[in-house]
Amino acid sequence: MIRTEGLKMEFHVGFFRKRVVALKGLTMEVKRGEVFGFLGPNGAGKTTTLKILMGLVYPTGGAAWLMGRPISDSSVKRNIGFLPEQPYFYDYLTAAEFMDLSGRLFGMRRKEREARAEELLDMVGLSGAKNLQLRKFSKGMQQRIGIAQALINDPELVVLDEPMSGLDPVGRKQVRDIILGLKDKGKTIFFSTHILPDVEVICDRVGILVRGELRAMGTVDELLSGTKVKSVEMTFAGVSGENLSSLERMASGTVTRGSETTATFGDQEAARAAKRLVFESGGEIISLIPHKSSLEDLFMEEVGKRK
Amino acid sequence: MKVYAIAINTFKEVIRDKIFYSLVFFALLLLGASMLLSTLTLGERSKIIEDLSLSSIEIFGVIISIFVGIGLVGKELEKKTIYIIISKPIKRWQFLLGKYLGLALVLLSYISVMTACYMLELKFYLNELPWQTLMAVLLIYVELLTVTASAILFSTFSTPTLSASYALALYVIGHMTEDLRGLAAKTGQAGVKAVLNFVYYFLPNLEDFDIKAKTVHAIPVSAEYILMSVSYGLMYVMAILALSVLIFQRRNFK
Ligand SMILES: Nc1ncnc2c1ncn2[C@@H]1O[C@H](COP(=O)(O)OP(=O)(O)OP(=O)(O)O)[C@@H](O)[C@H]1O
Ligand SMILES: [Mg+2]
Repeated sequence: MIRTEGLKMEFHVGFFRKRVVALKGLTMEVKRGEVFGFLGPNGAGKTTTLKILMGLVYPTGGAAWLMGRPISDSSVKRNIGFLPEQPYFYDYLTAAEFMDLSGRLFGMRRKEREARAEELLDMVGLSGAKNLQLRKFSKGMQQRIGIAQALINDPELVVLDEPMSGLDPVGRKQVRDIILGLKDKGKTIFFSTHILPDVEVICDRVGILVRGELRAMGTVDELLSGTKVKSVEMTFAGVSGENLSSLERMASGTVTRGSETTATFGDQEAARAAKRLVFESGGEIISLIPHKSSLEDLFMEEVGKRK
Repeated sequence: MKVYAIAINTFKEVIRDKIFYSLVFFALLLLGASMLLSTLTLGERSKIIEDLSLSSIEIFGVIISIFVGIGLVGKELEKKTIYIIISKPIKRWQFLLGKYLGLALVLLSYISVMTACYMLELKFYLNELPWQTLMAVLLIYVELLTVTASAILFSTFSTPTLSASYALALYVIGHMTEDLRGLAAKTGQAGVKAVLNFVYYFLPNLEDFDIKAKTVHAIPVSAEYILMSVSYGLMYVMAILALSVLIFQRRNFK
């Protein structure tokens, strides 16, 4: 659905035309029907990539294709929906008028436009604000109308730049559900974000972009398969005296709450030994939780790596 | 159809804006004031009413076309509303043309409201309706169309504040092009001559659209002259819009 090859983008800023490289040869692919999360720290070049794909800026090198057609071919826009970063809309149009404008730009018929607008405003929970001017919208409402307008043409490919930003937990959950709903209908979703827990839940594949370079790409499981258990957390009770002190020595940290003690162990080896000791001293184990590396750890690691 | 959609929404955006209302309000206030002033002065009442009214229609029209016109494209770029539009299947020229036509429609409603009040004023106080004064208004509208087109041109490559200064400069210089040509004829330096001639041929000759003085002093203006001026204005508008599209087509939206 999306393919880029050696995409480069340079900007010249300031009086001395200082060169800023936003993308250093990005090659990637998003397949039909998948939810692809595009991750990266601030300034990584995510927005720049999406703007190139949408024809808003022209890349200084490389090429990209949407649905098999080069991005310069504007006819593909017919099947694409786009939500920009921190979207901003016309102040004095109402939500309904704005949806209507969006529909018209796709050449949709009046009946179709109206029905679709109604359905989408309802889906994002804005049917009550239909006749409200957009300048009176809160940040979360703006984000929602942005998503609604991106779907007006029932697009095959949906490109979202930070769709969860500015939303409260309920709103984020709604957006996650919308994305999953679109996936169920066989749509392809490509979105950028910093909100990692959401990514683990909904993405089929992710790419991590750091300083204009793609550092990792694959399914969340693939990316995390190389990583091992980071720590084990064990909660136990009924151990006292000498045994308790030696358990405390083995652990990297302990917290005692009433009769229960929670200890954290650096690796599974230490955790196993501790488990034996608890049994031998007649205590009981209340819980035992191994902590694996999360996407967040991988993300931090990639960002921290010096090139 | 897409051009129409953009134009209609531009029109709605502008006429719901308080800035636009207050400008129209002040323009109407000035129209009213011209009647009051005419009673205080010694000259012919009709001359003073016509002169002041036509001038205020023009000045406020220019303010609207420059400040609202620049805001139209400039604000879209600054606030990034353009991302939403350009990512949809619309060509960049359609967007620009839609914006222009929307503003032309705004100016048309402004001119209509002003003219209606102005006509009432003439009818009420002087009991006469000189047809040429209508032609003077028509030419003011054509002038506003030219100024708006250049405001759009400037805002395709420059920031809103700079574009406003350029457009204002163009309006002022556009009224002096005859003087510039006179200067060019007199000057000995080839470089200066070339620059002045360039300005003369490439900037709109806005003085052509000004038949206010003749109208006020009841000097007749031929229908051919008016037709020529209108065609000149429309051709100029088309050329400027074409140039704007060329620039707009290439630019990156940051
Ligand atoms: N118009 C521009 N002019 C100059 N530099 C730019 C421009 N747009 C982006 N950049 C630079 O390109 C780099 C990438 O920016 P981009 O907005 O793509 O990052 P991002 O990954 O979307 O970040 P964020 O998570 O903060 O949205 C940054 O270093 C930025 O300074
Ligand atoms: Mg971004």
